[in-house]
Amino acid sequence: MFNKIGFKLIFIVGVTVLFIIGGFAFINITSHSTDLLNEVERHANQLSETVKYSTRYDMMLNQRDHIHQVINTIGEQPGIRDVRILNKVGKIIYSTKPSDIGKMVNKRAESCYACHAEDKPLEKISIKEKTRIFRLDPDSSRVLGVINPIYNDKSCWQAECHAHSREKIVLGVLDVTISLEEVDKQIQNSEMEIAVFAVISILIISFIIAFFVKRWVDKPVNVLLAATKQVADGNLNYKIEQSSKDEIGKLAGSFNNMTKKLSEARLQLFHSDKLASLGRLAAGVAHEINNPLTGVLTYSSFLLKRTKGNPELQEDLNVIVRETLRSREIVKSLLDFARQSVPKKSSSNIHEIIERAIGVVENQLSLNKIVVRKNFDAALSKLILDANQMQQVFINLLVNAADAIGKKGGTINITTSELKLSPLGLLQIKKAQCSKRHSLIDNEIKIDGKSSVKIKVKSDVAEGFINLDPIYGKHKNIFPVNFNSSNDLKFVCPECETNLLIDSRVCPQCGSGLISFTTPPQGTFECCSNQECNWQSWDLVGKESRLDYLEIKISDTGCGIAKEEIDKIFEPFFSTKGQRGTGLGLAVIWGIIDNHDGIISVESEISKGTTFSIKLPIQKI
Amino acid sequence: MKKEIDILAIDDEQVVVNAIVKILGNENFSVDTSTNSSEALAKINSNKYNLIICDIMMPDADGFEILNQVQKSAASIPIIMSSGYSTIENAVRSLYEGAVDFVPKPFTADELISSVKRALKYSELIKLNSEFENQKNLFFVSCPSKYRRLGYSTWSFTERDGTAIIGMTDIFIKSLEQIDEIIFPDGIEEVVQANSCLQIKTSDGLLHDVLSPISGRIVEKNFELIHYKEILEKDPYFKGWVYRIIPTDYVYESKNLISCSSDR
Repeated sequence: MFNKIGFKLIFIVGVTVLFIIGGFAFINITSHSTDLLNEVERHANQLSETVKYSTRYDMMLNQRDHIHQVINTIGEQPGIRDVRILNKVGKIIYSTKPSDIGKMVNKRAESCYACHAEDKPLEKISIKEKTRIFRLDPDSSRVLGVINPIYNDKSCWQAECHAHSREKIVLGVLDVTISLEEVDKQIQNSEMEIAVFAVISILIISFIIAFFVKRWVDKPVNVLLAATKQVADGNLNYKIEQSSKDEIGKLAGSFNNMTKKLSEARLQLFHSDKLASLGRLAAGVAHEINNPLTGVLTYSSFLLKRTKGNPELQEDLNVIVRETLRSREIVKSLLDFARQSVPKKSSSNIHEIIERAIGVVENQLSLNKIVVRKNFDAALSKLILDANQMQQVFINLLVNAADAIGKKGGTINITTSELKLSPLGLLQIKKAQCSKRHSLIDNEIKIDGKSSVKIKVKSDVAEGFINLDPIYGKHKNIFPVNFNSSNDLKFVCPECETNLLIDSRVCPQCGSGLISFTTPPQGTFECCSNQECNWQSWDLVGKESRLDYLEIKISDTGCGIAKEEIDKIFEPFFSTKGQRGTGLGLAVIWGIIDNHDGIISVESEISKGTTFSIKLPIQKI
Repeated sequence: MKKEIDILAIDDEQVVVNAIVKILGNENFSVDTSTNSSEALAKINSNKYNLIICDIMMPDADGFEILNQVQKSAASIPIIMSSGYSTIENAVRSLYEGAVDFVPKPFTADELISSVKRALKYSELIKLNSEFENQKNLFFVSCPSKYRRLGYSTWSFTERDGTAIIGMTDIFIKSLEQIDEIIFPDGIEEVVQANSCLQIKTSDGLLHDVLSPISGRIVEKNFELIHYKEILEKDPYFKGWVYRIIPTDYVYESKNLISCSSDR
């Protein structure tokens, strides 16, 4: 806590405010109390003079009762503690406290000290020296005392009583003491008020600082922190939503830029790494299998040469040689498959490519009495594609169509057309990863023949799997049997149990949690975790509501593909041709179309025919 | 006195060595074997061989090392390279570094025999030619200087329009027995460097694979060869072309071809 910027700021600002208010309060209270005391002092002096002059006449007439009465009346006023008159030897002759009358006052007593500090008493003292502030005992409140010497006067020594001789200068002292309790209370109140004011202002300033530090520093820093954690966990597609334009906002922007660059670099690395490892695997397999195959092929072909006179043995040996040669071809196509790396794309005319492909298989087609009907959309623009790879696609499809038709003859229709398609129901999630780069693609459970996206769902009591429809906008998701959408469900990666729910946002339609995963090589897919809700978003699709595609349809009047097999036809080594095919043809096609960001789909009806439809995106150049 | 043996077979797999011995022994060749490279090199130094068949991937040494050692030595013995890791790179490199042929594994008895016979005939021709050094091109015509060749067997020449013609060298044709038939593979549309692009059947019943010097899409085939086989013998470098192709990556692939200007 003490290491937080907010706390440090509050501490520093608090101390500064404390000093400023403290200094201000000191000056303020000092001047205020001085003013107050001066006022009291002036007041006391005035009072003292008033007493002195109002008793003067009575003194001269020596009317003591009258003087007593005057003093007592004054002494009853609030705030006035004592009014005493001392004679020149220090005896109290009048006092508001009757008990004091007649007592002698020591020269060192508070009221005498001002004049009797030296051995010889002062006869004239200034107003400042007349007053003093003291405490009678440490616990009581302060008291202001004013001594007022009563000087000898012509009227005094000429008075009839002749009490005073002419030589005397000071005849006595009038001592008035006023309690400062009220004043002290006022000063104390001011001190208290200022202290409260200081505390309140520090608190308010602290709250303001805390609030804005939280808003401007804490929150964005926490977002950044969470983002760095995500990146550390391997989610390079994580993006910070940039809200402010201040320094932290700029940092977030530069962070986004960094992760974007990193993600691109990683993607490239990942892609080349994948291809390289596939190549290594194929090479390793090829080498390991080719050596034993050499033994089989050399011995069997050698035996075949040596047993020319034995037709029965020849027949069997021929099978061995033929099958071994077939194995050789499979291994070779495996190596070719691995070698078929990044397509070399250039602007090409798709119709020329189709024509060339037809040219290649022309012999086989005419042999099987197959007619090719072409219906090309002449206005079609050129496409960016790898002509050699794409030709391979059409050759493979034509050969398949010819094989499906067989010897009885038939038709192959090739149609090309341009179409605008909504990405809904068309784009497929081909790769899905959690933030730790585990694949979420489930090849076991397929939805309409496409590998689904598998997500583990956990509650306190049970766990199960959701299989999401890989087709964007189709929503044929498979939920566990007793699935209830509730808030305390966890959606995690089946492999590492990394959370797939977004913390910060909820479904804009129903408010449930959002499941999110990345779709390499680019994009993030988000969808609602609620079974009932169909909200989903894929940044790959972008904001375009319609995308331009070129569709090539190749339909044959052949034997068709059985429904249970249609899901598997694009899998490597799946073949319906038995001995004649390697089962790699359609897998190669799928790979090529996928490389071109295209879509291949198939519709088939037994004994009526099959239609392969290829959709290739038309790039705007 | 060095022993005279026809062939030395080097391969770390005993079964492959045994098969070679069986097959070539049946063709009346004397065959010596070795399953590791150091032993093989010792044997090459102490005995006299007419031909070596060498595997590329062996645990103790690379087959290319043996190839280079033999190339450097005075008595240049023709070498056929072979590998289970039959990539284009291995094949092209073998031929570029001086091997007479590359036989990918697994091979049939006939494939081996045809390669061996061609290689022996080739070295015989070379020997004959060097014996009559004053009269060059007596036994075979080397290819024109602007051509580039893959090993000794096939050539390619890039024309101005960007297409390339490919064909067989005279010494390759002469290393074959009597040509019976020239077979263009069914529906061939594309040729790949160091992969078979044509088959030649000879009078001894063997099929010989012709390796394409470069990769590309075929635009024209010289079907005349099927009917007039003599063209090959009479004019192997001009009228005897096999394919006209659009090369896919000529710049890269031609680096592994040998310029014919060095032959004259």
